[in-house]
Amino acid sequence: MNAPRTIVQKIWDTHRITSAKGADLLFVDRHLLHEGSHHAFDKIAASGRAIRHPELTFGVADHYAPSRPERATEATVTMIDRLARNTKHHGVTSFGLGDSRRGIVHVAMPEQGLTLPGTIIVCGDSHTATHGAFGAFAFGIGASEVAHVLATQALWQTPPRMMRINVNGHLPPAVTAKDLALHIIGQIGTGGATGHAVEYGGDAISALSMEGRMTLCNMTIEMGARSGIVPPDEVTFAWIDGRPMAPSGRAWSAAVDQWRGLRSDPGAVYDHVLDMDAHQVAPMVTWGTSPEHVAPVTGVVPEGQTDALDYMGLHAGMPIAQINVQRAFIGSCTNGRWSDLLDAAAVLKGRQVRVPLLVSPGSEAIAAQAEAAGIADLFRAAGAEWGSSGCSLCVGMNGDQVAPGEHCASTSNRNFRGRQGPGARTHLMSPAMVAAAAVMGHVTDVRDLTLADMAQHTIMREARA
Amino acid sequence: MTPFVTETGPGVALPMDNIDTDQLIPARFMKRSRTEGYGEQLLFDLRHHADGSKRGDMALNHLSVPPMLLITGANFGCGSSREAAVYALVDHGIRCVVARSFADIFRNNAMRNGLLTVVCGDAEHSALTAYLSVAPGEAVTADLKAQTISWGQKKGFAFDIDANARRRLLLGMDELSETLEYSKEIEDFERRYLQHHPWIAPHFRGFPGRA
Ligand code: SF4
Repeated sequence: MNAPRTIVQKIWDTHRITSAKGADLLFVDRHLLHEGSHHAFDKIAASGRAIRHPELTFGVADHYAPSRPERATEATVTMIDRLARNTKHHGVTSFGLGDSRRGIVHVAMPEQGLTLPGTIIVCGDSHTATHGAFGAFAFGIGASEVAHVLATQALWQTPPRMMRINVNGHLPPAVTAKDLALHIIGQIGTGGATGHAVEYGGDAISALSMEGRMTLCNMTIEMGARSGIVPPDEVTFAWIDGRPMAPSGRAWSAAVDQWRGLRSDPGAVYDHVLDMDAHQVAPMVTWGTSPEHVAPVTGVVPEGQTDALDYMGLHAGMPIAQINVQRAFIGSCTNGRWSDLLDAAAVLKGRQVRVPLLVSPGSEAIAAQAEAAGIADLFRAAGAEWGSSGCSLCVGMNGDQVAPGEHCASTSNRNFRGRQGPGARTHLMSPAMVAAAAVMGHVTDVRDLTLADMAQHTIMREARA
Repeated sequence: MTPFVTETGPGVALPMDNIDTDQLIPARFMKRSRTEGYGEQLLFDLRHHADGSKRGDMALNHLSVPPMLLITGANFGCGSSREAAVYALVDHGIRCVVARSFADIFRNNAMRNGLLTVVCGDAEHSALTAYLSVAPGEAVTADLKAQTISWGQKKGFAFDIDANARRRLLLGMDELSETLEYSKEIEDFERRYLQHHPWIAPHFRGFPGRA
């Protein structure tokens, strides 16, 4: 009898081409490219090689996509153009500027139905872990590996260690997958899952929408993990069904049949198992320069990290909810999806922002949906700037930057020094929390705002009665 | 790729945890091509004041010869998968980084560019950090054959390394040409795989087994 295996081990075994000297050569189902892939294309060109499977390779312009046409710089134009030329030359489908399928790679590719359970997905980007939300084994690779996959559609890998994180119970109201991710990082640290493939399970995970699962798997890389995965279920299948590039007809039924069996065996062995209680998660906010520098919004800035606090201009003992912000950002592959915009819109409705808030939807499709549903106008009416889709302020490559010394409430995934621009001070939080911070001008427990709303409604209703 | 066997050269300590790839090479330099080089941009924002002048408190700024070895804290290279973080180190002249721990993708990228990454224990780490903090730029030897780091009069320690990574580094081996020796296995695999997973390729032209 076969030994019980985890879902990642099953996907691994299905994709093993051969083994040599302690490493396995794995077949890659989907190879995703963005502007940063130019090093790999240069390597391919230097060795005069072709792309083995251009039809399994997809490009998208996201990192350098300007959030307004007039913000395009020479650099952004060159980088986007380079991607277009390289992909065209090799016959690779790529979503460039003006393509309605374009968006951040980890938002647009699932939307197009390219992210499927049981597949191996790689991309020269660490947040490729996002695609694990669909039950794919997905991980980021460097430029040398991108060149290797372009040439061979395969990759040498050594098996990761296995970690299972069970999240039991249910998340409280106004607490999101982003808060859960930050909570876990706060518990285990940014090195807590180094070398591991993390598998999520438990009631709180089953209850998450696909968007929530993507947010969680996305942030798994910030625990040091190689990948994050949620075994696929009916929620997954329903989300993929009918997407433009997903299998259809007989192929769809065959696929779903296989996907239904795609879960870890009882008795599968993990190197680490962690049990968490969803009830204990609060809205989380980072105060420092690493995602592990995180606390509940009800907490205080802790002692000890003087370097980080110097950079952030904060002092130990200060309540988190007293941190002033001068800027806010909603977007990125972590929290730029439809449900994220809805969460933020619910807070902004009937309110005005006190600090500049930039919204960059995760994809053109989401942008169009938001225009059609009046959500974009709701943001504009609240005083926010509605930009076009791209990585934008998450990484500050496209011309958008936070000024030195400014505090920015941000839905992105990294609060590293200078990530949003030299000297920028980033506070990571959920979309609703960013909206609340933008309205108040300081970090704010969104539950206070929404509870106040409810009270207000009650008063109004009683006054009318 | 330049093989790594034994290297002796100046060492420098950067005793911080969590040095991420955005620090190693800030995003605004990422559009450079490899031939332009990344050495000058290494740790740019940590090494410079906002006005572009060099920071006096950074040991890296005071060496007359660029360092061969860097010793740093935990979780080195975390963050983005940008291989340019490794290019910046290598182009700066660094051949070996010693740390309490490394981020996975960074370590992978390093190995593929001939950069040796060494994880060591607390005592060893403190000893070498202390030595280089007092004497930045003093000679250190990294010997991959013997798997040792040594300095001064008979001071040093042995380290562990994945056998595969060691072999690749010692030979300076190009992974791609090695893989191409398995072309037949890849083709056979693809044919079998598609038979069992017909749904993988419904919208794709030219995949083996499909007209
Ligand atoms: S949104 Fe941010 S984290 Fe996501 S791919 Fe773009 S730069 Fe990377």
